[in-house]
Amino acid sequence: MSERPHNVIGVPRRRVDARAKVTGQTRFADDIALPRMLYCKLLRSPHPHARIVRIDTARAAAHPGVHLVLTGKDLPIEYGILPVSQDEQALCVDKVRFVGDPIAAVIAREELIAFEALDLIDVEYEPLATIADPSDALQDGLDRIHEYGEEGNVHKRVAFAFGDTEEGFAAADHIFEDTFFYEGNTHLPIEQHASIAAVDPDGKVCIWSSTQTPHYLHRALAKVLEMSPAHIRVIATPNGGGFGGKSDPFNHEIVVAKAALVLGRPVKICLNREEVFYCHRGRHPVLMQFKTGVKKDGTITAMHLKTLIDGGAYGSYGVASTFYTGALQTVTYKVPQYRFEGCRVFTNKPPCGPKRGHGTVQPRFGQEIQLDKIAERLAIDPAELRLRIVESPNAVTANYMRLGTIGLAECVRRVVARSQWAEKFRKLPEGRGVGIACSAYLSGAGLPIYWNAMPHSGVQIKLDRGGGVTVFCGATEIGQGSDDVLVACVAEVLGIEPFDIRAVTGDTDLTPVDLGSYSSRVTLMMGNAAIQAAERARELLADAVAAHLEVPKGRLVFAARRVFDSEDPDRGITFREAVCLAEAKFGTLGTVGSYTPPRSPALYKGGGVGPSPTYSYSAAVVEVEVDPSTGWIVVPRVWIAHDIGRALNPTLVRGQVEGGVYMGLGEALMEAQVFRRLPAKLSNALVHKNPSMLEYKSPTALDMPEVFTDLIEDPDPRGPFGAKEVGQGPLLPIMPAVANAVYDAIGVRIDEVPITPEKIVKALEAKKAGRPARYGPAGFPTVQWPEALRVPPPWEGGDGHAVNDPPRPRSDKKVKVIHT
Amino acid sequence: MTIPNESKKSAHITFQLNGETTEASFAPYKTLLEVLREDLALTGTKHGCELGECGACAVLVDGEPVLSCLVLGLECEGREVLTVEGMAEATDLHPLQTAFADLGGAQCGYCTPAFLLTAKALLDRNPNPSRDEIRDALSGALCRCTGYLQIFDAVESAIVAIAAPGGNGSTPGGRR
Repeated sequence: MSERPHNVIGVPRRRVDARAKVTGQTRFADDIALPRMLYCKLLRSPHPHARIVRIDTARAAAHPGVHLVLTGKDLPIEYGILPVSQDEQALCVDKVRFVGDPIAAVIAREELIAFEALDLIDVEYEPLATIADPSDALQDGLDRIHEYGEEGNVHKRVAFAFGDTEEGFAAADHIFEDTFFYEGNTHLPIEQHASIAAVDPDGKVCIWSSTQTPHYLHRALAKVLEMSPAHIRVIATPNGGGFGGKSDPFNHEIVVAKAALVLGRPVKICLNREEVFYCHRGRHPVLMQFKTGVKKDGTITAMHLKTLIDGGAYGSYGVASTFYTGALQTVTYKVPQYRFEGCRVFTNKPPCGPKRGHGTVQPRFGQEIQLDKIAERLAIDPAELRLRIVESPNAVTANYMRLGTIGLAECVRRVVARSQWAEKFRKLPEGRGVGIACSAYLSGAGLPIYWNAMPHSGVQIKLDRGGGVTVFCGATEIGQGSDDVLVACVAEVLGIEPFDIRAVTGDTDLTPVDLGSYSSRVTLMMGNAAIQAAERARELLADAVAAHLEVPKGRLVFAARRVFDSEDPDRGITFREAVCLAEAKFGTLGTVGSYTPPRSPALYKGGGVGPSPTYSYSAAVVEVEVDPSTGWIVVPRVWIAHDIGRALNPTLVRGQVEGGVYMGLGEALMEAQVFRRLPAKLSNALVHKNPSMLEYKSPTALDMPEVFTDLIEDPDPRGPFGAKEVGQGPLLPIMPAVANAVYDAIGVRIDEVPITPEKIVKALEAKKAGRPARYGPAGFPTVQWPEALRVPPPWEGGDGHAVNDPPRPRSDKKVKVIHT
Repeated sequence: MTIPNESKKSAHITFQLNGETTEASFAPYKTLLEVLREDLALTGTKHGCELGECGACAVLVDGEPVLSCLVLGLECEGREVLTVEGMAEATDLHPLQTAFADLGGAQCGYCTPAFLLTAKALLDRNPNPSRDEIRDALSGALCRCTGYLQIFDAVESAIVAIAAPGGNGSTPGGRR
């Protein structure tokens, strides 16, 4: 197949769902209205941390037009995205943990009535100590936000030693120690989360929701509602932007499903913008310390990374996020000895979770700035330094990440050439500068969120006598183009046009499981499953056509809606005729395909986070103009090269790259999910500082620079037609490249994001006063780290296990969690 | 979609909606956004904040882009309102729709109607805007997916298609 030129793959094309989008016909969750539909609103806590003493819903329930009021006791079962942190309740039962935590729901005839009735719910709270930030969380003796975790408000601590870093540091010519801070920020999808649930005519419940993970929502609903999953249908409506923010099962989804079951009428909720900020699950604020040893030529001898992670009020994906802050340091550059310690704490703020680049963005920021500092000290060009230390294809790293193809060196060369780096770096006039940074990202998490041995993605194909093909997959369209990838893979294999195919996706009743649109997994996993299903269908058709045409099967070509003899192209039949022949020969036609990632060599406890079938690589050069009097920063140009393996639809790939650059610039320059105290005369409560789109700044059309995008295509045999991910990776190099460019422009280091004019002015003042020309965190607090798991790297004879791995009852665990 | 038992539908207007004389009855406090989506079932117009911040609800009123979340339905008596549902001619897409579809101007598609209508207002008033003028005209709406560049490209492509001799650049059937 791959030896033939492709007809669909690699051709810039209108995506299959584009027409629906430009005509306003895409049905997002809030666009669905059903007869007899009721509306739901949630009462949210005004306290950051308090015990619920009493809730009285009588007045609200009696309000005209109100049909139902639910409280925590109606939905007490705990749930959460990860089996290890089932710490959420759909409505708080005993206590609230952040301003915005929901405690009651009103379902009424009109949204306005539900809103009015919220004021009629009487709640008595007993305030508890507010844990505002990690420094509070690390203190002993304060009120605990959760009764589980390590101790106090420490949620999770991990420590790994991949080889002897002390030996590596002893062998270094220079040792660099730097601390960085990455402020939290949020996804800000333009579509607010919405869900509508209804009891089907047959008595089962159905929910349409703006979710990236219908399969995980399905499991959470079954658990909390105490129903068989067979009687729950989850339909993931196209998401109006996800970016990770719609990947958790959410309280409002569970509430409307419950309300529909109680009332027997459809119930809808659409969050307002302020509530979307409370859903959050966005970027964790991370304080990090990098200690890196290098030889004079730039070779890294050892690295020790510590991360302190502000998790907010619930677990969410946080345990995975914690591991992710240390997982990918080794996959870009050779790091022979690596030590990682990470600590996530609970605080009384909306829970953090996965945002584009999940957990790897923050340490990538620190690592790439530190490399810039190293290059300067060693008097090596920072692009040249990176080229010297790039990891090798197919390597197994110190922490047992098995790599695939690596186009990073080519990415660096491309952005260096196109940006005219050599003429600009350290040569532009004061106030103008360029910076470079690189990154890597997973093409899909190698392990599922709950342990099981089943495929990560499944695809079914049905062939119609009319020549139409329907393809079914649980993958969720969140704007990234997953429906297009699905259709394109099938069209290519069967030699038909994408327009001949209908995609049915994200529906737990109709489609085989795909784990969801997260971890950049869909193109690789669903794509491979789709190719397998399509090849099986082609095989059936080829059998029938070969017999009919009396041509050896191996000579048949599927292209241009025909099946023909490669040696005599006129000798052939239409695709439609081929389907009829095959149906006559084999009966009703349908095939399936599935994909399970290869087993990872990381066999130590905690080694489940980071492995991927392959990794994408990116390099970026950012140019900045900084006004030293005001600190104002303008980014006029960005050059980015992305190692995509193969671009299945270059139009969409470019869109993902540019979208990643855009979101990265937002994080670099302005976006911040931050908190403040209300005045003492009010309540002194810790509240979100800017829960609106006006005050939470994000880049507009006027802020977007020119972006010069290069796609590096070196097909990876692990990917469908060689494709790797693009949805997340290109965001990662942007923030450190901006910071490095600011240093090139005005000679100050801004070791945290967002890089605001205020921080630049402060750093310039420090420079003028003879203090270090820097703005950033002063140090890293003392954390009681556990004994590190000692995992000898492959080159020290390691086998992927820790020498001090605690025993794990793995087979029991598998059975247990499948039924969670 | 009208909702049974909805109270207080005491406001009535007659206006031109997507080229058709339309009557609507609704609660007087409702915004144009709510009237379109809830009372007239035109859900192509989106909302992202309902506070005039995100720009997702833009429609054209008498040819000018307005945020439908900040306009009362009552204010539209006798006005001419265009929503994304009114952009295509039967199944022929407007050149802007064609260009957005072909060039990646729509990713998740949620902000797309607002960008299409705002761009249409620009091109109706200035058939040959510069990239900076396009940027400026579109700066009132937020898009979190595209980074705006493929949207600018799409508008520039539509300018060329509209100006092409002998046609308005629309795509028959809206597909290739």
